[in-house]
Amino acid sequence: MIVLMIYVAIFVLAYIAYHFIVGKSVSNLGFNARKTVTFGDESAVTPNRSASVISIISIFVIWGAFTGSQISPIHVPGPFIGDTSFLYTATNAQNQTSDAKVFIRVSRVGEDAGIPETSDESQNGFARDDALKVAAWRSGLIRVQKNDEGGKEEGYRVTAINGHPIAPLQSVGVEDGVVNMTAKGSLSFVPYKGWQMEPIWLPAPEAIVTRLFEIIQDGYQGVALSENIGWSLFRVIVGFALGSLVGIPLGYAMGLNNWFRGWFDPIVEFMRPIPPLALIPLVIIWFGIWEQGKISLLFLAALWIMTISARAGVSGVNISKVHAAYSLGASKLQILLHVIIPNSLPEIFTGARVAMGVCWGTVVAAELVAAEKGAGKMIIAASKFQQTDIVIMGIILIGIIGFGIDILMRMAEKVLVPWKGKG
Amino acid sequence: MSMDQSSLRIDNVSMTFSLPGGNSIEALKDVSLGLSAGELLSVLGPSGCGKTTLLNIIAGFLAPTAGKIVLNSHEVTGPDPERGMVFQRGALFEWMSVRKNVGFGPAMKGVPAKEIRSRVDELLEIVGLHEFGDKAIYELSGGMQQRVALARCLANDPDVILMDEPLGALDALTREKMQSLILKIWKNTGKTVILITHSVEEALLLGQRLLVMAPRPGRIHKEYKLPFAEMGVNTDLRDVKKHPDYGKKREEILSMIWEMEEEIMGRKE
Repeated sequence: MIVLMIYVAIFVLAYIAYHFIVGKSVSNLGFNARKTVTFGDESAVTPNRSASVISIISIFVIWGAFTGSQISPIHVPGPFIGDTSFLYTATNAQNQTSDAKVFIRVSRVGEDAGIPETSDESQNGFARDDALKVAAWRSGLIRVQKNDEGGKEEGYRVTAINGHPIAPLQSVGVEDGVVNMTAKGSLSFVPYKGWQMEPIWLPAPEAIVTRLFEIIQDGYQGVALSENIGWSLFRVIVGFALGSLVGIPLGYAMGLNNWFRGWFDPIVEFMRPIPPLALIPLVIIWFGIWEQGKISLLFLAALWIMTISARAGVSGVNISKVHAAYSLGASKLQILLHVIIPNSLPEIFTGARVAMGVCWGTVVAAELVAAEKGAGKMIIAASKFQQTDIVIMGIILIGIIGFGIDILMRMAEKVLVPWKGKG
Repeated sequence: MSMDQSSLRIDNVSMTFSLPGGNSIEALKDVSLGLSAGELLSVLGPSGCGKTTLLNIIAGFLAPTAGKIVLNSHEVTGPDPERGMVFQRGALFEWMSVRKNVGFGPAMKGVPAKEIRSRVDELLEIVGLHEFGDKAIYELSGGMQQRVALARCLANDPDVILMDEPLGALDALTREKMQSLILKIWKNTGKTVILITHSVEEALLLGQRLLVMAPRPGRIHKEYKLPFAEMGVNTDLRDVKKHPDYGKKREEILSMIWEMEEEIMGRKE
């Protein structure tokens, strides 16, 4: 919630600052700048690249600020690290009171700074000083009575922390943390957590980059990163290729023949709205969890999309083109080859882009459920060990690859069907 | 250029469409017409008079419910390269270059590539596009695209050229240039041409014979024989339009169509 509000605040401030600094001066060139009506004119709205840059930078700054990262110049308060202490007052069975200190050393997660030393001065009462080590974001239980004289007798109890009275299930704020008393009268110390995220929830950006290089070099759980991603891509390509191989001819047949259209219409219309992920359980029952299962799933994911796009490509042909071709003496086969197929290519490319996107999403999900290797397998395995950095790294990689696939398809489209949208 | 005695006969052609509600529409009723080789016929009429239906029947895309079309003493049963067609728009193949579009007909027949190339070059010269052979269709303007459509139709050397509002989507200036081109091609090739239009001026300029059709049922209302097409072959079309007869005929036909439109409106209410 705080993060969201900070983000909104940055958005607003950047907007105001940008318009204050830049004003209208830069955009005086070009036709759009001469338009007096821009609100409501979609063509006059272009992405402001400064906004994109600021947007990305602010995401990383917020991310860095809340994880104590080195890449961020500012940080929200971090957890308390270091030595601290508090005083407790105990009352023994004879109703005498005595004070002692608890020395605490808070260390970073994963580091062991050792137990702090207790000073042996002023041990005139029955209470004795205690020492505790605790990791940041964790809490430590201290049985102060353990080393106190008469600590095990009935009637012994801790009555105050730093002079503030305390009873079971109450807590008292002390320097650098909070002392809680359990129902049985033991103390536990929770060091100040600050606003930063624990690496187990969200690692710093550089930790993820470091982890990426580590995984590139050594792989994860004995599987190289290229192998994990390669398997995912391989499944997508095979599933998509099979789906197209069946789907495109089927779509053509549905677009060209009444019987095919009637026969497959109910099947296609029924299967189309079913998300491929919903088929995972059935596919596992039928084909098992190995390659056959995953490729069958991707085949089904691509099949209906490609069928529908091929059908749309055929029905989208301007009847004048077909009439013209017949009048020019083309046979049915020639019309299929020279008119219907090329005319349907733009639609098929659009379908292929969608299908590749769906397949990429489906393969990751299928690997989450069951796989030996693959991008999805890597992140689900890492999540079981709470290796959040690998999980986030994997998600970013999956995103980049999905985006890359789409870019490649768009480039192929530009080269192969340059007439798209210009008919 | 085939100068054979080809003739086109439209024999009592009727076309009735049944509508989903159980009603039916008589798009054409008992239309008969004879056309000898090399004639230029323009067909005019308010919307719904069945002129496009008639053209589709002649082209062989539709089978009439009664009557028949006879060309060169054989009955028309389907589309055939002997009857070439020029559409209003959108009938060119965007995935092919201009040259491939024009050479489409011969290529489908298996004419050797060399022969196609020289014929295509010749036709592009005629329509004034010799520099645009390797351009993509979408790089051309609307007027140029119609020139390609015309060249593509001529490449097959058809006996009859059917034109379905070929200039309907063009601006006035381009339109006038194309009208001259159509007249020139008609005269030079001696083809039989049937041209459908909703522009009275165009029908007057591009018709040795002009057919005015009437709707409900679609039928021939009146036929004119006109001198303007012959005049236009050698004269600027703007000069032809200044001819006193031209203006008179124009007014006459306009008011005729106006009346028909009024009648349709009245019947609707």
